[in-house]
Amino acid sequence: MKVVRDDISIVLGGAAGQGIQTVEVLLTHALKRAGYHVFGTKEYMSRIRGGINTTEIRVASRRVRAFVKRIDLLVPFKKGTLTWVKDRISDNTIVLGEKENIEEEFLEKINLVEVPLTKTALKVGSQLYLNTIAAGLIFGLFGAPVEIIESEVRNHFKGKSEKIVEKNVEAVREGYNIGRSIAEEGKIVVDIKPDEKVKEEILLSGTEAVGIGALAGGMNFLSFYPMSPSTGVSTFAAQHAEEFEIIVEQTEDEIAAINMAIGAWFAGARAMVSTSGGGFALMCEALSLAGMAENPVVIHLAQRPGPATGLPTRTMQGDLNLVLYAGHGDFPRIILAPGTLEEAFYLTAEAFNLADKYQVPVIILTDQYFVDSYYNLPEPDVSKVKVEKYIVKAEKGYKRYKLTEDGISPRAIPGYGEDVVVANGNEHDEWGDITEDAEITRKMQEKRAIKKLETIKRNAPLPKIIGREDAKFYVISWGSTFHIVEEALELLKRDDVAHVHFSWLYPLNPKIKDILAGKTLIAVENNVTGQFADLLKKELDIRVDHKILKYDGRPFAVEEVYEALKGVIE
Amino acid sequence: MTPKEIFESNRPGSKDVAWCPGCGNFGIRNILIEAFSELNLKPTEVVIISGIGQAAKMPHYINVNGYHTLHGRAIPIATAVKAANPSLTVIAEGGDGDMYAEGGNHLLHAIRRNPDITVLIHNNQIYGLTKGQASPTTPIGMKTPTQPWGVFEEPLNPIALAIALGASFVARTFVGYFKESVEIIKQAIKHKGLAIVDIFQPCVSFNKLNTYSWYKEHTYWMKDHDPHDRIEAFKRAIETDPLPLGIFYINEKPTFEEQVPAYKRDKRPLWMRDPKIELVKKFFESKR
Repeated sequence: MKVVRDDISIVLGGAAGQGIQTVEVLLTHALKRAGYHVFGTKEYMSRIRGGINTTEIRVASRRVRAFVKRIDLLVPFKKGTLTWVKDRISDNTIVLGEKENIEEEFLEKINLVEVPLTKTALKVGSQLYLNTIAAGLIFGLFGAPVEIIESEVRNHFKGKSEKIVEKNVEAVREGYNIGRSIAEEGKIVVDIKPDEKVKEEILLSGTEAVGIGALAGGMNFLSFYPMSPSTGVSTFAAQHAEEFEIIVEQTEDEIAAINMAIGAWFAGARAMVSTSGGGFALMCEALSLAGMAENPVVIHLAQRPGPATGLPTRTMQGDLNLVLYAGHGDFPRIILAPGTLEEAFYLTAEAFNLADKYQVPVIILTDQYFVDSYYNLPEPDVSKVKVEKYIVKAEKGYKRYKLTEDGISPRAIPGYGEDVVVANGNEHDEWGDITEDAEITRKMQEKRAIKKLETIKRNAPLPKIIGREDAKFYVISWGSTFHIVEEALELLKRDDVAHVHFSWLYPLNPKIKDILAGKTLIAVENNVTGQFADLLKKELDIRVDHKILKYDGRPFAVEEVYEALKGVIE
Repeated sequence: MTPKEIFESNRPGSKDVAWCPGCGNFGIRNILIEAFSELNLKPTEVVIISGIGQAAKMPHYINVNGYHTLHGRAIPIATAVKAANPSLTVIAEGGDGDMYAEGGNHLLHAIRRNPDITVLIHNNQIYGLTKGQASPTTPIGMKTPTQPWGVFEEPLNPIALAIALGASFVARTFVGYFKESVEIIKQAIKHKGLAIVDIFQPCVSFNKLNTYSWYKEHTYWMKDHDPHDRIEAFKRAIETDPLPLGIFYINEKPTFEEQVPAYKRDKRPLWMRDPKIELVKKFFESKR
């Protein structure tokens, strides 16, 4: 008998095209509706069919939001799955499925609970029902009412014929009954307590959090060229374009995408591009234009490993240096990296205000792990989103680049007011006309790269400290590793270790130096050189004492961060 | 002020014109001002988005909204300006290097996209600002500092290219013909959809072959040409010497801005709009 209490990590593995995503969608939604805390994330190969893709679904009695290496329940849909995840299998792993999908060498060593998935599918009518049966099977182990997953099935297959819907409902029931009997016979006992409050919560992905955040922030123009893993945000925007009455355009390349976004802002729209490292590389020229012309623009960059094509479908926090130094000459920019889905929503919305206010590129850094992960969370408070517009009327004699104390010139747009607006990517005078005058050049360089930057720095928020401020050790994380570090620290149970998370990466508020002074600093980064640690050194002369780095294209697992922290601290 | 004077810029930076004496850009500037005033446009409702190069300095010497951007990128920027605020009259302007080399890809896709903008290409068949290298339209055989053996690449035929792609409005003119050029540019601006006007214009400093008199001698005005006949347009487009001038092709079709969902119900420009917070709430409700 195998008992899993309070927190189960279920991994489904199979080939691309086998429909694991269907199982994932049905299960996570149904489990959430049944009141369980759920977390889902996936890893996949850069191919359309075949290979091995896996999805991890954590279901727990308490909130879970991070990837774990551990597999409690493994459901292989294809031979090869066990080999692919073999370093995640332990003596406690239960394999649920058919012998045909398990490699010979594992059969002796694993805890196998055999289920006649194929036979049941054929009984229902076709191999095609395998996924729905599997979803019912796993749901059955939890013992939640079958009606919940039935309604998910109806919802998922709506739009298909009545027969298909009914057959899938039959399939999910068959699976559910098998799951129940496995549980009742005590072969697998899953003891997870539902939480009524979860039912009121929403289930959101990183992609959706960024997408809906942008819409809440007033995004009304998105231009993009498809690139994994950023495309989901553009797809999200396109699918909501009619409802929200916005413009979403797939361009000929990333160069056109960002130039369009720049043009849209120039005419007063709130525009965003969504891309990944390679696409952003193409956008660098236009980034410089935005810097010089003081043209707002919002860029979402979902990181994947590079350089060049790298690992197209995997994860890394390797593009911080790219966004930090991209473009030629000196100009300010703002770099944000949400750590939670709530933060992705609020921060993406805020990015539009920041771009509008400071007239700089605002870059939102996520990554594959972040955009492809999802969990339940309380519904964000939409009333907290404030849309701040900074557009002024062009009065007679309007100067687009008026020299001001704080480095910010009031921004007018064409067609609003009595005068014209002239913007320029060449060095310019206050009116926007080309100049090669030494004095004006010096003033304009200082305006952009010093005065404006100082203004942004002064107003930059401080990192979030979780734990005791007087702790000896500060574990520094940024962006998507937030929950992973959070859970690792919960396991560590030490009062003298606190967590410092940065979701505002640049420019850094000088006060941060005092906050981090005298602490033993440990940076956790999903890249090979510790790019953020280097930034702390360069900007604020803060030396990080230890770096915990992972750079194999996979996210950190809670266990890995926990072990590494133990190694550093003890 | 006379209708033309309102387009004369009084900004201090507009006084120091960077064009060489005798440059064809002066002529194009005068043609533009004449066209704007004949169309009764107001400076605040016109936007010139330019790329890089001497042609692209136009926004500084004329009193309309302007954005002097990047080499080759005027078209995507202009497309978005028009899309964000369709009430503006939007012109993308640049040289032959700007529009046909660096920005070639954007031109191709702008034809597919069909925004209601006017693309003016100052075609002097040479790179001027970088001092005399061959451009995509430099004729075969011309020797330049960077093609000392003489250009051997086939020159781009922008007219034939645009017609082949089904562009909405395709014309060519020569700056030496003032009245005719004003008329063509007026037609181009009035045309609903992407209007491409290739404007022959001498570079007096670096192109000693394609001079004012060369263009006069090697061009002619098309008479009795039906611009709605694509085959005829194409036939004219591939003539080489003399080169035809006039409106080659008109292909009425829906514009980009007409087809985006943003303006189906709401005609206001994007800057006047607020986020639809109630729909954000509705989205969250759907995620329960």
